[in-house]
Amino acid sequence: MKCKEFLTELTNYLDGALDERTKSELEDHLAWCHNCYVVCDTTRKTIEIYRNSQLYELPEDLRTRLRSAIMAKCCQQKKPGPQKT
Amino acid sequence: MSAIQPNVREAVSDELALVRAAKRGDDQAFEELVRRYDRNVFRIAQHITQNREDAEDVVQDAFLKAYGNLNQFQEQSKFYTWLVRIAVNEALMKLRRRRPERMVSLDEEVKTEDDSLPREVADWSPNPEQMYDQAELREILTRTIQGLPAGFRTVFVLRDVEGLSTEETAQALELSIPAVKSRLLRARLQLRERLSRYFQKRASGDGN
Repeated sequence: MKCKEFLTELTNYLDGALDERTKSELEDHLAWCHNCYVVCDTTRKTIEIYRNSQLYELPEDLRTRLRSAIMAKCCQQKKPGPQKT
Repeated sequence: MSAIQPNVREAVSDELALVRAAKRGDDQAFEELVRRYDRNVFRIAQHITQNREDAEDVVQDAFLKAYGNLNQFQEQSKFYTWLVRIAVNEALMKLRRRRPERMVSLDEEVKTEDDSLPREVADWSPNPEQMYDQAELREILTRTIQGLPAGFRTVFVLRDVEGLSTEETAQALELSIPAVKSRLLRARLQLRERLSRYFQKRASGDGN
């Protein structure tokens, strides 16, 4: 496997979506190509850092306020007077 | 006969049961869906709009739209995927309104160059997260992801932050699976490269 092919397969590799043969070819490549090894390793870390980052958490007070507003507007959306069938 | 009722909430705890109850007019069931997904919708919205007030609006608008159109939800995908699609559209509309000078589209042609191997490859320190305190780290991550084009950012957030599958991301964004994969690769590589500026190993003996 060449560096370009490694890059093509990188996303599938990180997502565990490669067949065994391609996976082992890719891992052979990583064993001797330091640059690709670093790219693979730091890309994996990039994903992990963002996944664990808890960016943009919704504060509990704002959460409660938004939910109340949503539910109040939902009630308004309902047609006045239930339509009996 | 007063048999002990099994925990009612538990009985309707699965998503589809809640959706069906909400369709029949059970607002408590809908509220449970809001509770279940409001944090996710807020995160997605803020990642796309990069603006807190807009994100708050998107949360409200997306759930209201979902509520109003619940009967059109065909149950062929997860409710959450359907909701994400609504939220992404609302968020993109906000972004377009705020930045009319820049075309914001998920369909923008993303050139996938074959020769896109990173030129400079710097290894990271073993524990990059520990190089900065929490607030600094958050600032770095925010600034870095905000620099990505909206199309890349959205795919990355849905796939890698929110954990949707490739298929679900494609459904939510109305993109093909190859398009999702190609954007995801570009997004991951660009983020990696930008983060390297902060996280690369310091040369040993840089005691100047």
